[in-house]
Amino acid sequence: MLLIYCPHCCEYRDEEEFSYSGEAHISRPTKPESLSDEEWGDYLFFRKNPKGIHHEMWCHSVGCRQFFNVTRNTLSYEILETYKVGSQPKVSGGDQ
Amino acid sequence: MKRYSGFSLFSNALSYHENWQKVWRKPTPKKVYDVVVVGGGGHGLATAYYLATVHGITNVAVVEKGYLGGGNTARNTTIIRSNYLWDEAAQLYELALKLWEGLSQELNYNVMFSQRGVLNLGHNLQDMRDIERRVNANRLNGIDGEVVSPQRIKEIAPLINISPDCRYPILGASWQPRGGTARHDAVAWGYARGADALGVDMIQQTEVTGIRRKDGAVVGVETTNGFIGARKVACVTAGNSGVVAAMAGLRLPVESRPLQALVSEPVKPCLDTVVMSNAVHGYVSQSDKGDLVIGAGVDSYNGYGQRGSFHVIEHTLQAICELFPAFSRVQMNRQWGGVVDTCPDACPIISKTSVQGLYFNCGWGTGGFKATPGSGYVFADTVANDRPHPIAAPFTIDRFNSGALIDEHGAAGVAH
Repeated sequence: MLLIYCPHCCEYRDEEEFSYSGEAHISRPTKPESLSDEEWGDYLFFRKNPKGIHHEMWCHSVGCRQFFNVTRNTLSYEILETYKVGSQPKVSGGDQ
Repeated sequence: MKRYSGFSLFSNALSYHENWQKVWRKPTPKKVYDVVVVGGGGHGLATAYYLATVHGITNVAVVEKGYLGGGNTARNTTIIRSNYLWDEAAQLYELALKLWEGLSQELNYNVMFSQRGVLNLGHNLQDMRDIERRVNANRLNGIDGEVVSPQRIKEIAPLINISPDCRYPILGASWQPRGGTARHDAVAWGYARGADALGVDMIQQTEVTGIRRKDGAVVGVETTNGFIGARKVACVTAGNSGVVAAMAGLRLPVESRPLQALVSEPVKPCLDTVVMSNAVHGYVSQSDKGDLVIGAGVDSYNGYGQRGSFHVIEHTLQAICELFPAFSRVQMNRQWGGVVDTCPDACPIISKTSVQGLYFNCGWGTGGFKATPGSGYVFADTVANDRPHPIAAPFTIDRFNSGALIDEHGAAGVAH
């Protein structure tokens, strides 16, 4: 069971209050029509799936209902930081 | 390989069962193999077996980081069915089901395949429309199935609660009588024994740490026990597929998540079929040993820990107690998790890659066990002939760029 610190509510809450929204820091292409099939498929379907440090987006869906980012270790499940959308993570784990 | 038979059982009894032949050898790796299969689970072992039997390629090694069949093969809930909606998926799973039907004979190993039938319950009108559509699609594909009423469900599984005044009343179900269960370990062991007898090397306790390439083609794998040369490398590593792909500089559209299951204490026979429900999200069958095998959901977030979130079990057991009120007094014995690689369209990837001689069979997500023989069969063919087997052709990795997805979220439904 994860205990997640919501940077908007400034509180630790149980993981059941949150929903997971996948990899963080993916920006929608500004000109989708100019992308190749490879680039568009890449944007839609190909996600980082690291065994280790992962930056991911969560939503405090039964709390403040706001999105924020989490840096979490996918092997130990340790949450290393949570930060608001728009800011950059302090911890990074390389590419994979 | 000495065949198992009534006679061999009798003759070994005379020597107090102390002289049974070892089920497989413990070889030292050769310098180079025609094919190295990375991952010694059911799918990998089936691939090696069919490479040897169907394609005559016996200079094969299966490299496994732990022990054979110790990953998701040991962690699933052993449900087998082929009632998938789309033609592509239906053909793949039906091929597997047909192979299951003759598997114990073919392998000379009792995989305890039991065609006790599978019920997929519907709890609302849309569920029933989907079930009718899926059953009709199945029948057009020559797959058995029928839509059954709550009364018929009660006949099949007498302990089930079909009362109309419960929170999620049962309105009907799809029924596939040819579906059922099999003994998960026996499948891995049977394939391993059959492949080993034809000269395939089972290399356990050896983790692949890198994939060596030269001029865009594979030349072998780096392992914790040194380099093993290979003309072709076939990766069947389930939850770790993304990690293995990264060793070759490839990316896969899969995300790894823990899927849980649990078993109860053994009880007397009370459920002789498989009951699954997408809507309340749970599934249950009873093993031959007597314990209720209960499937829970997949965690909503990525993770490589072979365990799952506690609240997922709670939701599943709520569903099971809703369906079978009598089970509310049964105590649970064990709980575990396996890491599954989920694909965006809930269908697997069986594919060549941009690296010459490197193949991937992954993305089976939450329902790979049922496909074990079919997966191995088409993947072996793909590897042997360096082109997709006709049944595997729709499942190449290119579909995520072409857009030709096979959306089986409905039939894959409950994560199992």
